[in-house]
Amino acid sequence: MSVLRPLDKQPGLNTATILLVGTEDALLQQLADAMLKEDCASELKIHLARSLPLPSDVNRPRIDLIMFVVNLHSKYSLQNVEESLRHVDATFFLGKVGFLAMGAGQESHCSIHRNTVTKLANTYRSPLFFCDLEREGFRATVAQRLVRMLQICAGHVPGVSALNLLSLLRSSENPAPEDL
Amino acid sequence: MDETVAEFFKRTILKIPMTEMMTILKAWDFLSEKQLQNVNFRQRKESLVQDLVLLCEKKRASVHDAALLDIVCEDIDLFDMEQFKSSFKKILQRALKNVMVSFRDAEENAVWIRIAWGTQYRKPNQYKPVYVVYYSQTPYAFTSSCPLRSNIPLLGQALTVASNHHKIVKMDLRSRYLDSLKAIVFKQYNQTFETYNSTTPLQEKSLELDIHMDSRIIHENRIEKERVQRVTQETFGDYSQPRLEFAQYKLETKFKSDFNGDILAERKEPLRCLIKFSSPHLLEALKSLAPAGIADAPLSPLLTCIPNKGMNYFKIKDK
Repeated sequence: MSVLRPLDKQPGLNTATILLVGTEDALLQQLADAMLKEDCASELKIHLARSLPLPSDVNRPRIDLIMFVVNLHSKYSLQNVEESLRHVDATFFLGKVGFLAMGAGQESHCSIHRNTVTKLANTYRSPLFFCDLEREGFRATVAQRLVRMLQICAGHVPGVSALNLLSLLRSSENPAPEDL
Repeated sequence: MDETVAEFFKRTILKIPMTEMMTILKAWDFLSEKQLQNVNFRQRKESLVQDLVLLCEKKRASVHDAALLDIVCEDIDLFDMEQFKSSFKKILQRALKNVMVSFRDAEENAVWIRIAWGTQYRKPNQYKPVYVVYYSQTPYAFTSSCPLRSNIPLLGQALTVASNHHKIVKMDLRSRYLDSLKAIVFKQYNQTFETYNSTTPLQEKSLELDIHMDSRIIHENRIEKERVQRVTQETFGDYSQPRLEFAQYKLETKFKSDFNGDILAERKEPLRCLIKFSSPHLLEALKSLAPAGIADAPLSPLLTCIPNKGMNYFKIKDK
């Protein structure tokens, strides 16, 4: 069974690679476009995948950050993410994984409760962002955050590591379960 | 003459409108001019038909001659619009005292009918009419929803008799767009009107993918995506889909279970539920489900069979 590991490859020179995993292909594409529009000193590479595991016969760069995208309107997308999580090595969850939940703005269409994704993110000790990817303004904002986060995870920001960022992001609103 | 052959003659001749009777019989060329001259064409149709059938019997007409007559009838456009209209109106007026029927001829041998229903004591209600469009060259009529459901069988009967058919069947197909209903029912939805150049469509497709693909964006599941596109195209084609707003499935099933003593499976009553899909353009929405990643491809045949079967209201029962 192929499992993604964070440090099993050499990094590319000045390259930062993000893997977006989710069923909503068109929106992932738009998010990727938005990220590429950002000013960034690093060379960005964005991989889009519907689910994990990834096809094994491909030569791909080291992945610095994985974002799992869940559509709160679709139980199918949550199920897809839950199954994909099994193909990620535990060491990835030290700041190199994040969750993005979309569709929270339309409460009436949500078939997944916000708490479900919150619990999922807490279980994996990873940050959770909410964003309605269909709205261009919100999309641009989350793209900006992802680019900054990606640069840190790729080690391009001196003095800040992925693990540092993770503990900074864990605010008092979302304490780790053992802190409760 | 065999009874069945006589009956065949009777029915074939009955189908001929009075105005065309002479033309058809002459074109058939079985009964001589002299014989036809001796027939009284001014009598009631039923008696005329009887006389003609007797003549055929005397001349020992065979079933082949009857078949020839049938071909002649098909060849010459038999539908008499005026007869249909008067017959339709008469049937409704005979059954209901207060009913107003209006007609308007439209293109393609279509007639629009407007019916305002009244009751025995009330004048027709002009604000709740029913509209029917009948395409005379086809066995199809389209009706708007009838507010007085008790009048629906009568409407069906009037259409059937006036158009010389035996029975009328209600199709489980409803939409607000007449053109889409026509496209589905007359099977005209899968025609692309541009001239098909075998090289250009493929080029356009690959261009579309390139525009969106910055080389910094890599699709890991490209092969799967292409498969989904291919399956979607095979199912829905390249043409624009006819426009429907709903698909409704009435289920009546029983739970099946591997466990013994499962409470739900023990129910004697079947489980009834209704599933309704609604959209401003249902078929286009279904077509975009798999490419958008919301559903797996291929879609369930219950969804994709809609234009093919000409149904968007289904009843599904356990066999």
